[in-house]
Amino acid sequence: MQNQATLQKREIIATALNRQAARGERSALHQRTRLWERVIRYLLLMCGVVSIFTTIGIVVVLGSEALLFFTPPTWIDSFKTLQEPITATATELAISGAGTPLEAGEIIRMVNEEMRVVSVDAAAGTITVERAINGTVAAPLTAGVDILRADSVTLGEFLTSTQWMPQLGSFGVLPLLNATLMISAVAMLVAIPLGLSAAIYLSEYASPKARAVLKPVLELLAGVPTVVFGYFALTFVTPLLRSLFGIDVVEIYNTASAGIVVGIMIIPTVASISEDALRAVPQSLREASYGLGATRLETVTRVVVPAALSGIVASFILGVSRAIGETMIVSIAAGAGPKFTFNLFAGAETMTGHIVRISSGDISYNSIDYNSLFAIGLLLFVITLALNILSRAVTARFREVYQ
Amino acid sequence: MGEQVQDRQSFVPGDQAFQDDLRRRHRRAKRWQVFFFASLVVGLLALLALFANVADEAFGTIAIASKYSEAEVLAALSEARGVTVEGPLEALENDDLAQVLALYIPRRVPVIVRDELSRVKPEDFTRVPLREALAGATLPPDIADLTISQLSLEQQTAILSANLTHDVLYARVLNDVIGLDILKSWTLSRTLFDYAGIEAEFQALVAAQDPPNPQLKPHSWLNSTFVTGTQSSYPELAGIRTAILGTLWIMALTMLIAFPLGVGAAIYLEEYAHSGNWLERLIETNIRNLAGVPSIIYGLLGLAIFVRALAPISSGALFGFNEANGRTIFSAAMTMALLILPVIIIAAQEAIRAVPQSIRDASYGLGATQWQTIWYQVLPAALPGILTGTILSMSRAIGETAPLIVIGASAVIFVDPSGPFSKFTALPIQIWQWTARPQEEFRNLAAAAIIVLLALLLVLNSAAIILRQRVSNRLRG
Amino acid sequence: MMSSNGDGRYAVQIRHLNVFYGPRLAVREITMPIARNKITAFIGPSGCGKSTVLRAINRMNDLIPEARVEGEVIYRGENIYRPEIDPVEIRRRIGMVFQKPNPFPKSIYDNVAYGPRVLGIKDRRTLDQIVEQSLRQAALWDEVKDDLKKSGLALSGGQQQRLCIARALAVEPDVILMDEPCSALDPIATERIEDLMKELVVDYSIVIVTHNMQQARRVSEYTAFFTTDESRTGELVEFDRTDKVFSMPSDPRTADYIAGRFG
Repeated sequence: MQNQATLQKREIIATALNRQAARGERSALHQRTRLWERVIRYLLLMCGVVSIFTTIGIVVVLGSEALLFFTPPTWIDSFKTLQEPITATATELAISGAGTPLEAGEIIRMVNEEMRVVSVDAAAGTITVERAINGTVAAPLTAGVDILRADSVTLGEFLTSTQWMPQLGSFGVLPLLNATLMISAVAMLVAIPLGLSAAIYLSEYASPKARAVLKPVLELLAGVPTVVFGYFALTFVTPLLRSLFGIDVVEIYNTASAGIVVGIMIIPTVASISEDALRAVPQSLREASYGLGATRLETVTRVVVPAALSGIVASFILGVSRAIGETMIVSIAAGAGPKFTFNLFAGAETMTGHIVRISSGDISYNSIDYNSLFAIGLLLFVITLALNILSRAVTARFREVYQ
Repeated sequence: MGEQVQDRQSFVPGDQAFQDDLRRRHRRAKRWQVFFFASLVVGLLALLALFANVADEAFGTIAIASKYSEAEVLAALSEARGVTVEGPLEALENDDLAQVLALYIPRRVPVIVRDELSRVKPEDFTRVPLREALAGATLPPDIADLTISQLSLEQQTAILSANLTHDVLYARVLNDVIGLDILKSWTLSRTLFDYAGIEAEFQALVAAQDPPNPQLKPHSWLNSTFVTGTQSSYPELAGIRTAILGTLWIMALTMLIAFPLGVGAAIYLEEYAHSGNWLERLIETNIRNLAGVPSIIYGLLGLAIFVRALAPISSGALFGFNEANGRTIFSAAMTMALLILPVIIIAAQEAIRAVPQSIRDASYGLGATQWQTIWYQVLPAALPGILTGTILSMSRAIGETAPLIVIGASAVIFVDPSGPFSKFTALPIQIWQWTARPQEEFRNLAAAAIIVLLALLLVLNSAAIILRQRVSNRLRG
Repeated sequence: MMSSNGDGRYAVQIRHLNVFYGPRLAVREITMPIARNKITAFIGPSGCGKSTVLRAINRMNDLIPEARVEGEVIYRGENIYRPEIDPVEIRRRIGMVFQKPNPFPKSIYDNVAYGPRVLGIKDRRTLDQIVEQSLRQAALWDEVKDDLKKSGLALSGGQQQRLCIARALAVEPDVILMDEPCSALDPIATERIEDLMKELVVDYSIVIVTHNMQQARRVSEYTAFFTTDESRTGELVEFDRTDKVFSMPSDPRTADYIAGRFG
């Protein structure tokens, strides 16, 4: 004896389904194509693939532009110009200007034409050249055209030379790298003790109520835009340092100020990840330690911190990675101009600071300046990527222990 | 056995020694506890110092000088009009203000017309008829076929009066006629605690430089002119409207691109990707790695791809816009979108993961398809979490400066952005530029702009918190 | 369209069913029928695979990434594990009620109307009719008819479970699978659900997984007893009429379990 209402409802549902079933002759249980479902699935997959294209984009862009930087010849300014107009066939050119004299055998370039210097007459201010080499086309040139000379940058020079002076064809990344590492070191000197201590206090000492207030306030630090930190470094920390150590000792732009503020910026990163690691340590370990008559400090330093060490180390590594990639603070407070110095109170330009300074001016594409940015960017990318992977590897080990 | 016990006992200190040692241990524990707390406090103090420093610079006292006083200008205007014109200057009508410009700087009037109203290239401006040069402006019909040089000063002045807003005319009068000049500025703390010192410095300054019409007055660098005005090389008149609009444009466009992409990727990774194939694992690892890439690298990516390689698109040339290069809002938004994409994906993944499996089971159990389940059940339940994460990622993007500089945010922009293919400046860029200038007044402007930026962030973060609160209320039923 | 009552005594037949979770065999060689318009109870100790078998009947195991199914589940003359069969369609016809009440975080009305809506029914009057009838069938109508807009989560646990039953009834399944539907409820709410099942069995075939032997005895006509072997793989020990299983079990393990020696 079936329920009347049920029968009626079955009718409604059956009608609704029939409408769908009428579209195909298949058995009612059989797969429908559901094209829409499949289309959506692939659309969503594409969304995810965008991230892969981003990485490919980064690697290809940095790699290819950096390759141009390392591929000879790169053209640098010779500080000389053509003094008189020449025809497409002339081989004796009058030149004027300063800088290192041209030498016989050197390759030079004017507009789109490349030439080989055959001989130089320094007294007359003329040179003899072989026109239109390397497949370029000879053309008449007007007076005042800039003469570029060929130079090349080797990876070895890039990584070992202590001079970065693009106009002189000297491209050693060490001054920039040195400033970056100095600032990161100062930053970690600030962030490690302060961040770890704050994490210990929040995790081991603070009452739940105090923690609920203090932690969000500390995290506010993480929300402050870096350009604001840069302003803070220049208008507060630098004057403070200058009044402490003397105006003659501390330059207006200096790595110490930038480093300290980068450190302050990183405190929340170190504190937050370290605290997570500390809190993940099982309560039973702490109780075991207290049960043996240890004080809270002894429990923290001898049991909890060692147990959470990999998470804490991961937070330090991540902090270093952020310090190295930090841009605005150093570009505002650390000074312009690559300088190879170990003086914390002197200005020095970091890798990121250099990229910002050069790209904020007028740069022309395909110039050596432009390509050099990507070579520096590639180095920066490799360093931070390695640090991030290392940090995650360390964290992964720490997860295995407790989960 | 017995011997061992004997041995151990000899290591346990006597009662008195133990007590002393315990007291020492407790003292040490106490000292370190204070140190741990102090570290936390140092972090908070730094935050406090940062805010105080900004406020200190954003408000204070300034000493100003001007070429002409307001009274002088009003008197000259009254004389020209033949009637007494009442001040203050700010209350004057458009034609009076234009008249002031004509009286004091007649040669600059056509230049102002060009700067404010021209629709053609500067070199063509004096050559083409006004109909074309000032297309869209209100012009008397009889002069439309003439060029600007053929007009009388009165006609040029009339064009200004008819086509410029009161604010622009007033700013021009202040700028070009009165010639306001800030001699020096003092911080809020000095204004509050050492006003006598400021006055003494002011007197010395006046004595030494003898500036025209010197004046000492309290000043808030954060004011309505500042928020609504456009950029100016005079700090007193500089505003950040263009920068705010630039930031809003970039953010809106960034979200338009990054939100659907990010949520889409998160849905795929959480709801579809269970087979653990290489592509899915690659995407997952890749997103984690991208999240750690310094923002400046994204700037380089944007420079090479969006600004250069896609110049025809990013400059809008493909769509008939007339921008010279790809350094546009479009490029900035694309770059920012890639930058925050990993952040959005990770936040959305967490929100989707937090939706209980039982809801999915219930939906599948009723014969819903996978997409129906996601669209009708999973996404609505995860949406608040997704939105919170998105807003937080937005507040990160809003303060990002480096990538914008690298893709070439133009230095000085006077024109409000009008669409994705406009050139732009943005709040953080403005802060950076002002901070980098040596004059104290620009530091003050930077401080005021920082307050605006922080206020914007505060609004965003409050929105996120309120959203989270309402959700947890709703889920409790 | 075939009449949903179809032919034959069995709503579903399970044949040689093996379910794997990754490399682990969770249940082995299950063969049993599910009788039409009867209540069949699955009993057995925890981890014996009774829920796994239940979820295999409407392919809910497909949703667990590492799960793999061998053997056949015959529904309307077709093995539902054949590749051309649509699991979505199967789940519409073989509905499910879960252990913990899991209403959607939506209104009562939307909870019940969700199923018909995903089937493509948009007409408001039809939906109203389905919602009312389903809530009546689940004996919830009188309690909620005045605030159908209220969140499903605002109901008591027993009401939530009846809402979930109403929700399942709204798409008119042939078979309703209930996975320990009363384990989270108090005795009074449990009794109401049991009464409800007895009313529903006139129109539907019901399978219930339960920890509670008394419940199986009270409501079901057939009982399947599962247990685990030494390798923790679930297997079907005994399947028979409920009174037979409880009064004279043919397998000593069943007798031990019923006598309360383990589980």
